[in-house]
Amino acid sequence: MEIGAFTFADIAVRGGVRPPQRIPELIEEIVLADEVGLDVFGIGEHHHPGFSAPAPPVILAAAAARTHRIRLTSAVTVLSSDDPVRVFEQFTALDLVSQGRAEAMVGRGALLDSFRLFGHDLQDYDALFDEKLDLLIRLRGDEPVTWQGRFRPPLDEEVILPRPVQTPLPVWVAVGGSPNSVIRAAAHGLPMVLGTVGGVAAQFAPLADLYRQALDHYDKPAQPVSMTLHGFVADTSQKAADVYFPADAELFNTAGASRGIAGMTAEHMAAKNGPGSTYAVGSPQAVIDKLLHHHEVIGHQRTMLQLAVGPLPHADIMRAIELLGTEVAPVVRAEIARREGGGDSATGVGAR
Amino acid sequence: MTALAERTVGIFGAGKSGVAIARRALDAGYGVAVATSGPAWRTDLVTRVLTPGVRAVDAAELASVAPIVVLAVPLRRLRELPLSTLAGRIVVDIMNYWEPTDGVLPDFASRAHASSLIVRAALPASARLVKTFNHIGYHEMEQLARPSGTVGRVALGVAGDDLDAVATIARFVDDLGFDPVSTGTLADSHCLQPGSPLFGADMEPAAFREALSQLASREVPA
Ligand SMILES: NC(=O)c1ccc[n+]([C@@H]2O[C@H](COP(=O)([O-])OP(=O)(O)OC[C@H]3O[C@@H](n4cnc5c(N)ncnc54)[C@H](OP(=O)(O)O)[C@@H]3O)[C@@H](O)[C@H]2O)c1
Repeated sequence: MEIGAFTFADIAVRGGVRPPQRIPELIEEIVLADEVGLDVFGIGEHHHPGFSAPAPPVILAAAAARTHRIRLTSAVTVLSSDDPVRVFEQFTALDLVSQGRAEAMVGRGALLDSFRLFGHDLQDYDALFDEKLDLLIRLRGDEPVTWQGRFRPPLDEEVILPRPVQTPLPVWVAVGGSPNSVIRAAAHGLPMVLGTVGGVAAQFAPLADLYRQALDHYDKPAQPVSMTLHGFVADTSQKAADVYFPADAELFNTAGASRGIAGMTAEHMAAKNGPGSTYAVGSPQAVIDKLLHHHEVIGHQRTMLQLAVGPLPHADIMRAIELLGTEVAPVVRAEIARREGGGDSATGVGAR
Repeated sequence: MTALAERTVGIFGAGKSGVAIARRALDAGYGVAVATSGPAWRTDLVTRVLTPGVRAVDAAELASVAPIVVLAVPLRRLRELPLSTLAGRIVVDIMNYWEPTDGVLPDFASRAHASSLIVRAALPASARLVKTFNHIGYHEMEQLARPSGTVGRVALGVAGDDLDAVATIARFVDDLGFDPVSTGTLADSHCLQPGSPLFGADMEPAAFREALSQLASREVPA
């Protein structure tokens, strides 16, 4: 099992920490994540006042120059409103800076600010993603690309240079619970990220099954599944709750994530952290138990905690990363390796 | 239709909410058919794993196998559905208009009318529309379902203009695990929409009715 963290570089919309302070702090968090042995760190693209990372590869590249082992990924790249050629070039640059540690996690995007910003029509929501994913996959290959589509000019025998260190550049498809997206990831034979923002893990298990069966249906080799979730670690479960849930609620209420649900409170968010839930907020032992439960029902190969949802103090995030890397991850990895019969716990991920 | 067919519900959409309703309806002993914009074989790939027992059909065929048809597609795709096939059917609108995910849809954006009124206008005149299930998350549709008579069961608002259709769907809501509470006509179904205190609130019937009456007394005539 690989264990990592990700963030949207959240800032308070009214008052509080501004981006010129937050982004350097975030780099320090990634450096620490590398030092404490986390496997992967992700930054999510959003074009929204509460988040300060609309251009993740740029920030990840700064972190790449200061880290050695940790894999660096977007979480996610909104491929629907981007140009696949440019996405490939940017992640190639990240791969070159990081010497082969770059990954792109591509999705359709949950909030649609990027559609407005880049002038795309929501009626094309699915068609845009299908076409751009198809092109991105071809650009990863070694063959010159001749291609034609609806949403960008055609390509004639193009080879995008330079080439990345990794062949092919890892691309994961992020899905948010929509079975169709699961089928799409499987049809392309790409590894899948199962994004969760609530509910119980057992409700997501059928989607992981659907993915595995659909890979089979399309004659694709086995691929790893990654799960993303809202999670936080502090010295005690009480402290974790006190830090995480008020900010989580604030984000929900301001980012449009609530889909019209009025006035979410810290108590509402805390209720999402119950037994069996996807939320993993608590002491190291509480988070260990939760992650092991997730693995038992979903059988995934990578887990990524969205450590800072809403504006959280840098010091608390640093402590959470330290605890996740030094106390949670070793126990979870060892237990899962034991369950799987002493094999290397990361085997599945190498398959991409 | 045969007795079995009368207990069949058709669902447009095999997404998050369509799958949740399909599972609940199967559990409650309904026959369930599902269609997406793709061919039946592709929908079958999904239903085989996620909702074994559900029949995947082509969209054009769905209404012919079910007297009750649930619309569980994104609102922006409503007009792609074979709406003319819904003549004479009871149609259940579980859809919401929420700009951060739907984008701006001009007919719905003014909010002068409840979104279900606009949906009804797009249907054949003989289709009878009922709004429900829209104000609960898809996880909750399964997690909070309880058998009839359970203390603390969650209420679902049911709105519609045809009393027979409302009664049929109230029974459907009850069968699927929730206490139906009638909230009035489609014109008044703003109370179930995003932004209303009833939306996403998961209340027991008494609290739901109380919140509903507070809303009604606050309402200023337009
Ligand atoms: N998610 C929730 O918690 C929730 C709760 C209550 C109400 N709702 C409402 O339910 C509706 C659906 O939401 P969702 O979250 O379930 O969406 P979703 O997961 O994206 O699923 C949408 C489904 O609709 C299908 N579809 C799209 N266009 C279609 C067409 N022209 N003909 C037939 N099928 C079509 C899609 O399949 P194809 O693309 O393959 O056709 C997919 O199966 C929305 O209006 C939402 O507001 C959602």
